[in-house]
Amino acid sequence: MEKDQLIAEMKKIVGEENVLHSKEALYSYSYDATPGHVYMPDVVVSPGNVQEVSAILKFANEHKIPVYPRGSGTNLSAGTAPLKGGIVLLMLRFNKILDLDLENLIAEVEVGVVVQDINDYVAPHGLIYPPDPGTVKTASLGGTINENSGGLRGLKYGITKNYVQGLEVVLANGDIIHTGGKNVKDVSGYDMTKLFTGSEGTLGVVTKAYLKLVPKPEAQASMIAVFNTLEDAGNAVSDIIAAKIIPATMEILDNASIRTVEDFMHVGLPTDAAAILLLEVDGHPVIVADEKEKVLEVLKKNNAAEVTLAKSPEHKEQLWTARRMALPCLAKLRPTTFVEDATVPRSKLTQFLRIVTKAAKDYNVTIGTFGHAGDGNMHPTIVCDLRDEEEMERVHKAMDDIFRGAVELGGTLSGEHGIGLGKLPWMELQHGKEGMNAMKAIKRALDPNLILNPGKLIGEC
Amino acid sequence: MANEITAEEINKHDATLLKDIDDALANCMKCGNCQAGCPIYRETRKEFSVARGKISLMQAILSGKLEITKEFDSMMAQCLTCKTCAANCPCGVKADELILRGRHATIKARGLNPIKKTVFSLLSNRPLFNTVLRMGGMFGWLTFKDIPDKNAVLSRLPMPGMDPNRATAPLAATPLRSEFPPVIKVDNPKHKVAFFTGCTINFMYTDMGKAVIDVLTENGNEVILPGAQHCCGTPVHVSGAFELANEMAKHNIEVFERFECDYIVGACGSCVEALKDYPKWLADEPDWAARAQAIADKVREISQFLVETGYKTDNLGAINKTVTMHDPCHMVRGIHVTEQPREILKSIPGINFVEMKEHDRCCGSGGSFSLAHYELSRQINDRKCENIKATNADYVCASCPSCRMHITDGIVQNKMPQVVYHPIQLLAESYKLGKQK
Repeated sequence: MEKDQLIAEMKKIVGEENVLHSKEALYSYSYDATPGHVYMPDVVVSPGNVQEVSAILKFANEHKIPVYPRGSGTNLSAGTAPLKGGIVLLMLRFNKILDLDLENLIAEVEVGVVVQDINDYVAPHGLIYPPDPGTVKTASLGGTINENSGGLRGLKYGITKNYVQGLEVVLANGDIIHTGGKNVKDVSGYDMTKLFTGSEGTLGVVTKAYLKLVPKPEAQASMIAVFNTLEDAGNAVSDIIAAKIIPATMEILDNASIRTVEDFMHVGLPTDAAAILLLEVDGHPVIVADEKEKVLEVLKKNNAAEVTLAKSPEHKEQLWTARRMALPCLAKLRPTTFVEDATVPRSKLTQFLRIVTKAAKDYNVTIGTFGHAGDGNMHPTIVCDLRDEEEMERVHKAMDDIFRGAVELGGTLSGEHGIGLGKLPWMELQHGKEGMNAMKAIKRALDPNLILNPGKLIGEC
Repeated sequence: MANEITAEEINKHDATLLKDIDDALANCMKCGNCQAGCPIYRETRKEFSVARGKISLMQAILSGKLEITKEFDSMMAQCLTCKTCAANCPCGVKADELILRGRHATIKARGLNPIKKTVFSLLSNRPLFNTVLRMGGMFGWLTFKDIPDKNAVLSRLPMPGMDPNRATAPLAATPLRSEFPPVIKVDNPKHKVAFFTGCTINFMYTDMGKAVIDVLTENGNEVILPGAQHCCGTPVHVSGAFELANEMAKHNIEVFERFECDYIVGACGSCVEALKDYPKWLADEPDWAARAQAIADKVREISQFLVETGYKTDNLGAINKTVTMHDPCHMVRGIHVTEQPREILKSIPGINFVEMKEHDRCCGSGGSFSLAHYELSRQINDRKCENIKATNADYVCASCPSCRMHITDGIVQNKMPQVVYHPIQLLAESYKLGKQK
């Protein structure tokens, strides 16, 4: 189809002011937060309601034009990069929190709302929406549903899929369907809600969600522990869980991350430590006090060289500088930053960290690792310069070792960022041919013309 | 001659145009964190409104994927220079400065846009500039209608480039610098302080300027008002017309070098930031940069000066009002002065100081941005007004005449009761009330 005709059709559906097509505007939607993926779309369209989304998809499906749903474009898997040209479907006009049902603790929210805004909206009612990815202040709800985002509280509170209870979805043929709803228990039919959550925009366009909210924990206790060996840190993580304590947060920083943060921030971090653990238990004040003591005991038993308890919320913020600044400081080292999210079973944490350290050494690349120790979700962060081809070759070799290592340990390529394009080459390694075929069959059933975010997650189909 | 020059040609003609910021641009990791704070993005939610988008566009120019076009120019124009992106960037990218480089490149490639060209040629000719604004003030009553108690006016006639419903500042019948002698003497002066008035205080808000002079003399400082001082150059600099801005900087350096003074004080965050930044502006000319540094070392914002050198608090009269404060962008993220104006306000008896939500968020003025994008700057301003409303304040304080003008407009449009002052005006008023006792 001619580009001019496509633009004219889109203007008919959403109105002239909601269609962008200048070269400069198109370039502005050619990328997301993933390094190295820039592809020009043909048009950027901002629908204002579900009927318009339906009309756009119906048209695109008839003419086999690729469609890429996009929110804030902050994902780390090239999930919104318009790989094959076509329509960028900008969902940010879906910007309303439609309802807060305090009897069912459900929020009905459109996908263009920023996740932090949901939390700000429900906070006065003593509620939280737990998924809190690092991009909580920028990411749209739709993006976090499509990528099934996690965050720091994943260990105790789970991830996005645990809080999405129902969806409004537009299928590739333009059909509008509703999955799930306000029922806590619902086994009627396939669990379509879970299917679309994490589907990276390859199966349908999500327009609205019913979100489960939970009461805000009354009390917290936070602490930071320094370890001289990775084994001790890894054992401490396993032992805390074995002691039947599920901390809200249990984060780890490796030596490379500690040194980088200290170089930039000068906050007095122990640069010779092998690892730092940051922990927070939350809940009823009595239980928090009890769990705090137990955690301290486990840390001591596992040879923590130093443990500091947060005395106040301000003190906690100070202690958590190391974790908060890990990514920014690593990113400052070099122009390009790949934040990976390979995940392993908790018990394999130490082994996995060794694999990462070895890959960094073998290929002479800079990798700092931090992440969610409690759920085995690590962020090996590779800093480099995309403009240096020789270095990029080494970076990809290091990535290959890391992903293969994770899968060999019974882990997964992605804990929370999604597959998109970045981790596509390793998908068959984890899922096997048969697993990939099953996924491709689902894709072809729901999107026979392969217009929805084509080439992502399962690759060519 | 073709209007548009391709990236290739630009690089051929002027290899240094954007080339030297290649590394600075590459440091942006495209995380998009700048979306969270950008006042323009919050309204438009368009990628090219935010720093990440503009940096990407500049990289596309550099790599030859895009050319410098009118559209590129208009996207680069969508920035308030509020510096929120730079202050919150995890990679420490100074996007605000890079965007100015983008504007500079546009001017190099396409020339200044005609409206700006007219305004800037007026600005560069100081005597003409002074005469025009002075005449405007003398005949102001013909063209403007006063809004009672707000120190604001509405235009009676359509004005080119201005929204007809916009409340603006009155042009003073007599500019500040014509009302006072070049030196205002006091007995046994503590310090000799040169006052950099800036244009808006000189030609419009003379009440702010008088308050500065009153407070300085009240605290035993001799005040020098160099008549030949000129616009600080900020409006020109942020448009990317660096060469012209540098000429204005040099003029001001020469003017202030002529006076022996201990300090140079300003009452506008943007002017003060410019004076402090002159060494950076003139970095390519080491001799000038050194002279600029000598000037910059003496520069203080008025509240900064008072807190640093001490001010009288034993003779203050009570102002029984609820007061809230807006932190102008160039105060909070430019020169990092936020505590001093608060300290001054809180030292005035009777004042009930209430912080507003998002007090450091841009009011939407952005100097000439509000002229070119009035509707958008109003939307941003409406959020500011909502936050002001929630404080139930009587007065809003802002250490910037542009913010004062824009917030006053918002208050008028939203039919709110507040009046906007510079913090120093309340201190001056308090001294006055103290004497009446």
